[in-house]
Amino acid sequence: MSENKEGNFLHPEYETLKRSEIEALQLERLQATVRHCMNNEFYRKKFAEAGITPDDIKTLDDVRKLPFTTKQDLRETYPFGLACVDLRECVRLHSSSGTTGNPTVILHTKKDLDEWANQVARNLWMVGLRPDDVFQNSSGYGMFTGGLGFQYGAEKLGMLTVPAAAGNSLRQIKFIKDFGTTAIHAVPSYVTRLYEVMCEEGVDPRRDTKLKVLAIGAEPHSEEQRKRIEEMMGVKAYNSFGMSEMCGPGVGFECPEQNGMHFWEDYYIVEIVNPETLEPVADGEIGELVLTTLCREAMPLLRYRTRDLTRVLGRTCPCGRNHVRLDRMRGRSDDMMVLRGVNIFPIQIEKILMQFEELGSNYLITLTTDDQNDNMTVEVELAQPTDDYKQLQNLEREIRRRLKDEILLTPIVKLVPRGTLPVNEGKAVRVVDKRKVYQ
Amino acid sequence: MTINQLSIFIENRSGTLIKVLEALKQSNIQIIASTIADTAEYGIYRLICSEPLRACEELKKAGIAVAVSDVFALELDNQPGRAADAIEAFSAAGISITYLYSFLLRGKGILIFRTDDNDKAARVIEENQLSSISENALAGIA
Repeated sequence: MSENKEGNFLHPEYETLKRSEIEALQLERLQATVRHCMNNEFYRKKFAEAGITPDDIKTLDDVRKLPFTTKQDLRETYPFGLACVDLRECVRLHSSSGTTGNPTVILHTKKDLDEWANQVARNLWMVGLRPDDVFQNSSGYGMFTGGLGFQYGAEKLGMLTVPAAAGNSLRQIKFIKDFGTTAIHAVPSYVTRLYEVMCEEGVDPRRDTKLKVLAIGAEPHSEEQRKRIEEMMGVKAYNSFGMSEMCGPGVGFECPEQNGMHFWEDYYIVEIVNPETLEPVADGEIGELVLTTLCREAMPLLRYRTRDLTRVLGRTCPCGRNHVRLDRMRGRSDDMMVLRGVNIFPIQIEKILMQFEELGSNYLITLTTDDQNDNMTVEVELAQPTDDYKQLQNLEREIRRRLKDEILLTPIVKLVPRGTLPVNEGKAVRVVDKRKVYQ
Repeated sequence: MTINQLSIFIENRSGTLIKVLEALKQSNIQIIASTIADTAEYGIYRLICSEPLRACEELKKAGIAVAVSDVFALELDNQPGRAADAIEAFSAAGISITYLYSFLLRGKGILIFRTDDNDKAARVIEENQLSSISENALAGIA
């Protein structure tokens, strides 16, 4: 793979393909992937049920003839039922926690890991990181793919890489200062936590660090949250999309335009479908993201239903990459709360809260039942201390009013002191559902 | 003419006040007067203490956010009617008292209060020759 080390592209031969060239490459890789899937009994059975053979894939649109794959399929074939190669060829697996059923397992060959690292390296190069940068990965390691995924990608790019993992903020800050860290990857809630500790320690990220880039992902977050993080740390924060089923981080990433994430279409076929009819939706319309892997050996996934809701923003970009741009995730369809018949996503609440400069970045939504009515309590941390009760009452009233405009029902708003809400080192817990279930 | 008062936003829940008091104790800060009102969800704990600026730093180190505000401290003779006389002067000048609390110190009454117009209030204190007391005097180190 050639490297254009002076340019904006790590993989110019793939990143700058024209749309027609991307689609030709996708068709060729899709045909190879479908043939490869015939090595697996589960897929052979599914193809037979759907009445198709690899020869039926003649155009890119023929991807729609393929059956969908779901998380349920991964659970039912746990642990190795979806492997398309001999287990002796696999060198690693990542597994989900399995809190809501059988865990899911994703297998990787050496080549899979290498391609995964290529995607992450491409992303980090895209936002201006080069081999002389120092990359601190403040993300959980172990099974969480944000750890090893970014580690291998950053090493592949050639940066000095600090596997700091999540937590122990004082040590993180010491590393940032002592090693001259220029880029950090972390979940957004952890970046705000890190900033709070910096403030307590009298560390000014603009004055006292060499930071220039943040990569944030793994938690759905609003544009307002991103802006706030950028203001805190004084650097650009780029949204990263990953999911362990596809490999992990690397699948999609924002370019310097920050107008949607480029999903790498040399690695994936991207479809957006109506989650009920499963028919494709028009560009610009919100639907469920469905991904087909094109380069995976150990465990290719065909038309995998991600449950993430998003929309296509465009298929060209001033940055020179014609890989599809997707909007930030609206949250998973699984995250949607239904309260008194109203559909609400946590991200809608975050978007409003982040508009108040009096408020911190940490919040918790609790759903309860009382007199057979569902109630929502929004606890949010107060960023600035005050001596004025009236100001607090006005603030609560204004938050209630703006939330009602957004979600169409009035939540209970509770202001709490900074540092009160639990800080998670992995993904933040934003919703606690304590409702009684009737019937 | 004003003194520094610390204001700490705390949740109305068991264990929140002691966290503040423990931090002050560890830092050897003496509380001279303090007050908190009962509201449903939260309260603002206001206090006058020795070395308020150092106290503020120590609380921040303990992860507690503090607002420092300017309040007046008047020393009154411990006799009936002295508070009425003092407040009457502000009332006559059209100044509102936002909140007020009082305590006895070495046989004198001390009124702590915040107004909606500190400049005007300072002039009233001067014109009426009311006795405002300094932070150091309050802490007994004047």
